[in-house]
Amino acid sequence: MSDTRIVDFWVAGTEEPEFQPTDEGMQEIGPEDSGRRLDEQYGRVVDDDYVFDDEVPDEERMILNMGPQHPSTHGVLRLQVELEGEIIRRSKPIIGYLHTGMEKTGEQLSFMQGPTNVTRMDYLSPLHNELAYSLAVERLLDIEVPPRAQAIRVLMTELNRISSHLVALATNGMDIGAISMMIYGFRDREMILEFFEKTTGLRMNHNYIRPGGVAVDLHPGWKDDIDRILKEIPKKVEDYHNLLTNNPIWQARTVGVGVITAEEAVGYSITGPPLRAAGVEWDIRKVFPYSGIEQYEFDVVTGDNGDVFDRYRVRIDEIVESLKIVEQVTDSMPKGDYRVDDNKVTPPPRQRIDESMEALIHHFKIYTEGFRVPAGETYVAVESPRGELGCYIVSDGGARPYRMHVRAPSFYNLQGLPIAMADSIVADTVATIASMDPVMGDVDR
Amino acid sequence: MIPAFEALAERFPEVVWEDSHGQQVALVPNEQWYEFAEAVKEAGFNLFSDVTAVDWYRSRRDRFDVVVNLTSMSIPARLRMITTADREDPKVASLVPLWPGANFPEREVYDMFGITFEGHPDLTRILMPDDWEGHPLRKDFGVGSVPVQFKASPKAV
Repeated sequence: MSDTRIVDFWVAGTEEPEFQPTDEGMQEIGPEDSGRRLDEQYGRVVDDDYVFDDEVPDEERMILNMGPQHPSTHGVLRLQVELEGEIIRRSKPIIGYLHTGMEKTGEQLSFMQGPTNVTRMDYLSPLHNELAYSLAVERLLDIEVPPRAQAIRVLMTELNRISSHLVALATNGMDIGAISMMIYGFRDREMILEFFEKTTGLRMNHNYIRPGGVAVDLHPGWKDDIDRILKEIPKKVEDYHNLLTNNPIWQARTVGVGVITAEEAVGYSITGPPLRAAGVEWDIRKVFPYSGIEQYEFDVVTGDNGDVFDRYRVRIDEIVESLKIVEQVTDSMPKGDYRVDDNKVTPPPRQRIDESMEALIHHFKIYTEGFRVPAGETYVAVESPRGELGCYIVSDGGARPYRMHVRAPSFYNLQGLPIAMADSIVADTVATIASMDPVMGDVDR
Repeated sequence: MIPAFEALAERFPEVVWEDSHGQQVALVPNEQWYEFAEAVKEAGFNLFSDVTAVDWYRSRRDRFDVVVNLTSMSIPARLRMITTADREDPKVASLVPLWPGANFPEREVYDMFGITFEGHPDLTRILMPDDWEGHPLRKDFGVGSVPVQFKASPKAV
């Protein structure tokens, strides 16, 4: 083999002049830079695309709209991002596509009908919405619900926390590409939804927790169902650890991504798992306990770095802590009534309606007119799976709230997105959005 | 009243302190809103929990109440401070310079009630469309007055 063979490419001016440069597939290479271009074409030199100057002229920046119809925005969130190549410099969440005026609706509904409205706000944790609303109304009425109702409320909301976190883990996995996690999360959530369906009659939007107690008692045989949940879920959590936590691909996509520090989280009113992942030990259940949750043993889970991985870890560990509470509630479930013994708020039992005219009138009055609530205002917050869920109610003494406002945790947590996403690459946006776990029904209300 | 509030009550004699179902409420004059909020923040109330408004329409002379819920993570305690905004040109000082987390919710209150937050960096509509007329959560804004926008639907009367 001789060493005369140098170049197999056509270089302008070296071939016959009758060659037509319009022929497809042919490229013109100037003679002066042929050496460099040839090296590139052979692959001996690689031109790196990802080098950026600090000062980039405006025309090199691009505004990109992500959403509102985008599968990884968890609903109808629209993000306006300013890109510099692959790097996101600034971003702005644009919301309101799911706004249905539920606070206005809440002013038209009586206190009895209120939970049907608020339960549709954060549709992944409906029972927490109902609980916040009911606690606010009860504080205005100055009534104390019986211990069994309180225990049922804690049991149901903690189960709801598990199911909500399972969806968060599932969608987080799906957005990053761990499709198995999506299937697992939704599969295991079914167990809890079945329990809800047996008790409340519905899988979501239960209208179960109402001012004065809960709608119905737990179904017969509920302890067996809880035992099954308590036995199965820890095994599944072990599976998640094997599948994701120690997975190098998962860690490469999540560790150090979308960092929110403790100062930023507190400054931007971010609560819930994103705040705890930043290392702040803050949980409404511990600080301002409600519904008798202070009598159960559990730990507040915190992370260290406030990145996507820590938020994922906090959610997984909170599932375990919630299971602890569920177990304790099941063991110590008090006997007694599940509604307050106050005829003003509680409708008469079904059997009494057949026997007594007064009971029928009473039933009719409560369901048509509702009950009057003394004038006043109050703010009650519970720890929802997404953070501090507050309900501010102003009553003017009538049967409907004069003003009903819900402090939506997703709405406030969304303010952290521009901070978490600044100077990160486009591929990390979906991981960051999923780790904040926004529910657009909660954001827009 | 916890010690942090007693010091505040001494510094701001115009502020009225109330107890509402076991929660501390401070009724603040509109002019002192920002100054008082600054002092409250220095007293350790670092978490901005919530801001909303109440429209008293005809039952009060100052039509709007602006309600802010604050939390101190160190004590821990809660404080609700309420100020009023007048009927013709409702205005309140923005608290975004103190708590950046007040950005979105103040925009929501502006959107829903038309209360201007002076000093807010980006006071635009957040939930309603930009060309929307009126402020939905005011009491004089009717319910269900928007015609349905189907192509073949009869004209709204």
